[in-house]
Amino acid sequence: MKVLASVLGKLPGTLRFKKGPRALSAVASVSSLVVFLFLGCSRSEPKADLVIINGAEPGTLDPALVSVQADSRIVRALFEGLTRLDPKTASAIPGLAERWEISPDGINYTFHLRTNAVWSTGEPITTADVVYSWLRVLDPMTASEYAGQLFFVKNAEEFSSGKLKNPAQVGVKAIDPYTLQVELVGPTPFFADLCAFQTLAVVPRKTIERYGDRWLMAKPLPTSGPYTLDFWRLLDKIRVRKNPLHWDVANIQNEIVDFLPGESAMTAMNLYQARQADILWDKNLIPADLMDVLGQQPDCHRYNYLGTFFLRFNLTKKPFDDVRVRKALAMTIDRKRIVERITRSGEEPATHFVPGGMSIYTSPPGYGYDPDTARNLLAEAGFPGGKKFPPFQYLFKAGETDKKIAVELQAMWREQLGIPMEIRQAESKVYYTSLHDMDYDVGRSSWIGDYNDPNTFLDMFMSNNGNNYTGWKNEKYDSLIREGNRQLDPKKREKILQQAETLLIHDDLPITPIYFYSGVLFYRPDEVEGVYFNVLDEHPISSIKKKKPTSASASSR
Amino acid sequence: MIPVLLIVSFIGFVLIHSMPGGPFDSERKPASAEIERNLKAKFHLDEPLWKQYLRYLGVAGGSSGLVNGDLGPSLKYRNHTVNDIIRQCLPVSMALGAMSFCFAMFTGIPLGCYMALRRGEWGDHLGGFIAMLSFCIPNIVIAPLLILWVAVKWHLLPVALWGSPSQMILPTIVLGLYFSGRIARLMREGLSTTLHSEFVTTARAKGASESAILWKHAFRLAILPVVSYSGPLLADLLTGSFVVENIFQIPGIGVFFINSIFNRDHTMTVGLVLVYAALLLILNMLVDLSYSLLDRRVRYE
Repeated sequence: MKVLASVLGKLPGTLRFKKGPRALSAVASVSSLVVFLFLGCSRSEPKADLVIINGAEPGTLDPALVSVQADSRIVRALFEGLTRLDPKTASAIPGLAERWEISPDGINYTFHLRTNAVWSTGEPITTADVVYSWLRVLDPMTASEYAGQLFFVKNAEEFSSGKLKNPAQVGVKAIDPYTLQVELVGPTPFFADLCAFQTLAVVPRKTIERYGDRWLMAKPLPTSGPYTLDFWRLLDKIRVRKNPLHWDVANIQNEIVDFLPGESAMTAMNLYQARQADILWDKNLIPADLMDVLGQQPDCHRYNYLGTFFLRFNLTKKPFDDVRVRKALAMTIDRKRIVERITRSGEEPATHFVPGGMSIYTSPPGYGYDPDTARNLLAEAGFPGGKKFPPFQYLFKAGETDKKIAVELQAMWREQLGIPMEIRQAESKVYYTSLHDMDYDVGRSSWIGDYNDPNTFLDMFMSNNGNNYTGWKNEKYDSLIREGNRQLDPKKREKILQQAETLLIHDDLPITPIYFYSGVLFYRPDEVEGVYFNVLDEHPISSIKKKKPTSASASSR
Repeated sequence: MIPVLLIVSFIGFVLIHSMPGGPFDSERKPASAEIERNLKAKFHLDEPLWKQYLRYLGVAGGSSGLVNGDLGPSLKYRNHTVNDIIRQCLPVSMALGAMSFCFAMFTGIPLGCYMALRRGEWGDHLGGFIAMLSFCIPNIVIAPLLILWVAVKWHLLPVALWGSPSQMILPTIVLGLYFSGRIARLMREGLSTTLHSEFVTTARAKGASESAILWKHAFRLAILPVVSYSGPLLADLLTGSFVVENIFQIPGIGVFFINSIFNRDHTMTVGLVLVYAALLLILNMLVDLSYSLLDRRVRYE
């Protein structure tokens, strides 16, 4: 409205002041008025102890709904689960539960909650809160996309789908305020890891019931994690503050932490370089073109984590129903060339699907670069020298790196196999629907592990998994995965899952892995400590410590 | 005005819904097909389009809608409503837009007058060249260059963000520069045409001084093209700029404008289109009214 007033003021202004210079001075006075109005609006707030450029503006900070890793890092600062992540190794360590017992058959878990765990508003956190939080994730009305993380609990899937109406039949029960009984569908060796996943975090019932979808804006907002939400200004910043009532408050390193949402990689890097931020950790906000230079600096940190870039074949389309064709295509991809020429951030070429780095699992070998065998296989399949091979499309999401990879694949397949591949670039939502509806021939894909266990990669290619979309259905694979997850002996389990992965990447090949992602983040090691690198790419905020305050973050506020 | 907004909302609604892909498509599918169905049902995306539109208007379905000024929940920013987001981010864009508007007027009008008065001389050509540069170089080029020199190399101003006066200078200039060139050109054309019209010759014949002719008689008519341009210009500036807000990381509405389309955030896109349309209508009306104040030959019944 100020603006309209200025326009209104300005137009008659040129009229009223009939002497020329005064007409201009009217414009000047109006514009200076506008400027002063906004000077008055500029804020003064205490500066943060730690500033992190986190990623795009979060879609939500609701643990049950969050689905983006960058968003989940803020969520984990606010809400805690029965377990939490060890900052160094990202394995599950006691969170709201101080200990738990597992029955010999691996099905029943008894969690003992800390008696000193309270909400940031002071009320105790009890097992009733845990039961509410988990059932809320499963509630069909919540429609949580990540509800699958709880399907390992007895009757959870049935309740989520609406087949079972009575929540009391779901395998999570409060024995008393501090003892929780969880019954699983089968032994799940990684269940403690799942409890640290943000979907299973404990959320405040009363606030949610009172405020609905906007409950995160409630003042005060009760949180169960090490921080409370100070404010959330869209596209500006999210500020969290140390939760003085948290049971582990002695180990929370910073009083105030700011998360800056970023949209442009160049701006994010500028802000970091200008010391307006201490940490820059979103892969999408690191300018790939500058990595040759930036990667040499001591503040650039690289590490491996659980992420695989791979291709899906659509087995319902000819000629990709023929395994020889899929193998031929897989064997003519020079993965080393792709990571060295295109991605260039220290990625590892991938010949298997489950990334390395899991202590409990090593993948079986897949196919490397072998164009001679590939040509023979293609000839056997009826396309000697690529003759009569129908034109097909490679579907990928619009983006610089992906485009370069597409062009490279096109050249490799044309030169080595003589087959015609067309490039089909799609805007992200179109890409996702095309992939899900199996409207593609060969499609770019990627997967990031949710927990430190091979199952987070392998179960997605079970016949009925919603994320399969290759048309590949293999009963032997399904039963191997089920058997593996029932197996309590880690060595035997590894063997069984290796057999399953061999089916996936060696025998049947509905997918072919290309490379493993590498994590990159920037912080100045002489100023920040307590950032550790682990396979989940998780860096709990409460353990990150700022050694000395930066001067610049003060001057701009 | 209301029928126009209704038509705009209808077209916007149909267009955004007819795009392939939906707001909830992402790398991984929801844990089960039932969850996906529930998610769509929650936001009524499973209903026929006409019913969704009536629901959006607020005349069917029992919940409040457009008629109550409720633009609905955002499908992407699940903890916010479209009203929340507009309330939070539109003022920032408006502040930036208003400052850029002032910058454009303040630089463009004097430059245009100067060029008109020096018509055909080297000053006119130089001014014309500067004006041309300012609207030929896109702000996606100017912004990084300014940031590089002023902020990164010379440390005179902050590289980005919003909140303090020093953070507002660069984005204001970058956003306003294009329009100041346009305004300079319009002003030059307006003033040089007016200076050659008959009433100016008459005034000269009466013996009025050059400055009196210029400011008392010519200027008011000469500025008319600028005034008519400033309506759509303001609507444009006040609703934010994707490029400038993106580069300077300004928490304005411009970024939402573009991203909501990519996110298939239907309610958000339609809501923002409506805000834009309403602003455009209001400002154009104000421009028409101001004609009658500036030019006595124009009268409205």
